[in-house]
Amino acid sequence: MMQLRCPWCGVRDENEFVCGGASHIVRPPLDASDVAWGEYLFFRDNPKGVHHERWRHGYGCGQWFNVARHTVTHEILSVYAMTEAPPAEMPP
Amino acid sequence: MSWNYSALSLLRGALSGHRHWSPAWRDASPKPRYDVLIVGGGGHGLASAYYLAKNHRITNVAVIERGWIGGGNTGRNTTIVRSNYLYPESARLYDFSLRLYEGLAQELNFNIMLSQRGLVLLAHSRHDLDAMSRWANAMRMNGIEAELLSRDEVAARVAGLDLSPHARLPVLGGFAQRRGGTARHDAVAWGYARAASRLGVDIIQNCEVTGFLEEGGRVAGVSTSRGSIRAERVGIAAAGHSSVLAKLAGFRLPVTSYALQALVSEPVKPVLDTVVLSPGTGAYLSQSDKGELVIGAALDLFPSYAQRGSFAVEQAIIAATLELFPAYSRLALLRQWAGIVDVVHDSSPIIGATPIPGLFINCGWGTGGFKAIPVGGWTLAHALATGRSHPLAEPFQLERFISGRLIDEAAASGIAH
Repeated sequence: MMQLRCPWCGVRDENEFVCGGASHIVRPPLDASDVAWGEYLFFRDNPKGVHHERWRHGYGCGQWFNVARHTVTHEILSVYAMTEAPPAEMPP
Repeated sequence: MSWNYSALSLLRGALSGHRHWSPAWRDASPKPRYDVLIVGGGGHGLASAYYLAKNHRITNVAVIERGWIGGGNTGRNTTIVRSNYLYPESARLYDFSLRLYEGLAQELNFNIMLSQRGLVLLAHSRHDLDAMSRWANAMRMNGIEAELLSRDEVAARVAGLDLSPHARLPVLGGFAQRRGGTARHDAVAWGYARAASRLGVDIIQNCEVTGFLEEGGRVAGVSTSRGSIRAERVGIAAAGHSSVLAKLAGFRLPVTSYALQALVSEPVKPVLDTVVLSPGTGAYLSQSDKGELVIGAALDLFPSYAQRGSFAVEQAIIAATLELFPAYSRLALLRQWAGIVDVVHDSSPIIGATPIPGLFINCGWGTGGFKAIPVGGWTLAHALATGRSHPLAEPFQLERFISGRLIDEAAASGIAH
């Protein structure tokens, strides 16, 4: 079973968590064009490689945090706070 | 060139010691130029090539495949075919596919082992019953047969279900689509490959696309691990890897890739003669002609390209399956695997133009691509041949994510993909 390190609760099994999808998506202003709004809502990088994503410890402390994870190996490369910028360059 | 398969050719083979069989399709090397290139040698890509040749008489076509044909999701699904969708656009699309499946063995001269053994969806609560009567009635409004079932009718149709008063997952009723069933997944890929190859299509394996050639703002071909190949038009049918190819071409898709897993048990004598789905738990199963129980699971809900499912989901699906069918608890599982599926927010496909002129895409089938192979091929071939969307595919364009005109089967029929 994959395990994640919750910043508050420590290492726990993946089925205690919920993945909230890609992180660092900036909401455009409300007068954005339909294209910009559609891009914001639906279009994603969906990389084969390192993915920066949000997770929530739903069956634990309930807190959100960010994870940099490889989508092929599932290796977790970094766990960082919701308000932090993504860590510097990582191997693709 | 392979000849027609028939009882007579089998007999002839038997009398001549089976020495006359030739490969079913040509394993081609890339030529420098084609009219149309299709990236992805799964069911959708091979079907697209076949219908390009058959419906549109375009035979200077190549299908290029990174690995071997049918080795991605076409070889990793649970082989179920059905058309029980809710909205009229989806009903038209998927029922067209099922009707093509019904004639496919004849059309391709290849036994795809279609078995319309029916499928039964189980309702475990009053809410399930209400939702299923809405769903079945919507299907009938769309001209697709559906049959609401009482608890007793489910019991008569599905052997081995736990119908005791203390069942963890009580069965209150359900509904059935009689024309649903299973088909042999590999045979669908091989049948389309053979039929396309006989019409002159090149099938090129072990050829990975590494980039797209562009000229004058149009696609002009692809660069691959086996050199550049030029083409007037290019189609992508790469399921879970659609975003990777789109990135090479310089655009993004509203797609997230997830692992979807399935498992098979050891083979046993016939115990289950229909397809059973429990939408409430995500469990669904059928018995293959070899006797294995083929058990499908829910998605691992985090982005993945790993082609292996998580233990957490596997455990949940086995638990649900055994609550439904306690008698299966002593079966050994032989294999477990996952395919990478291309999930879109409204659980409906994308078949048509991309932002790059001349480049078309067929993706977004999510967890339900196998049943859609014939229609996916038919409509992508139409777009590649004519430059315009097929009427069946018109509602399923990329622009809907800008206009907001989604066809939300995820919400409507509760389908997970």
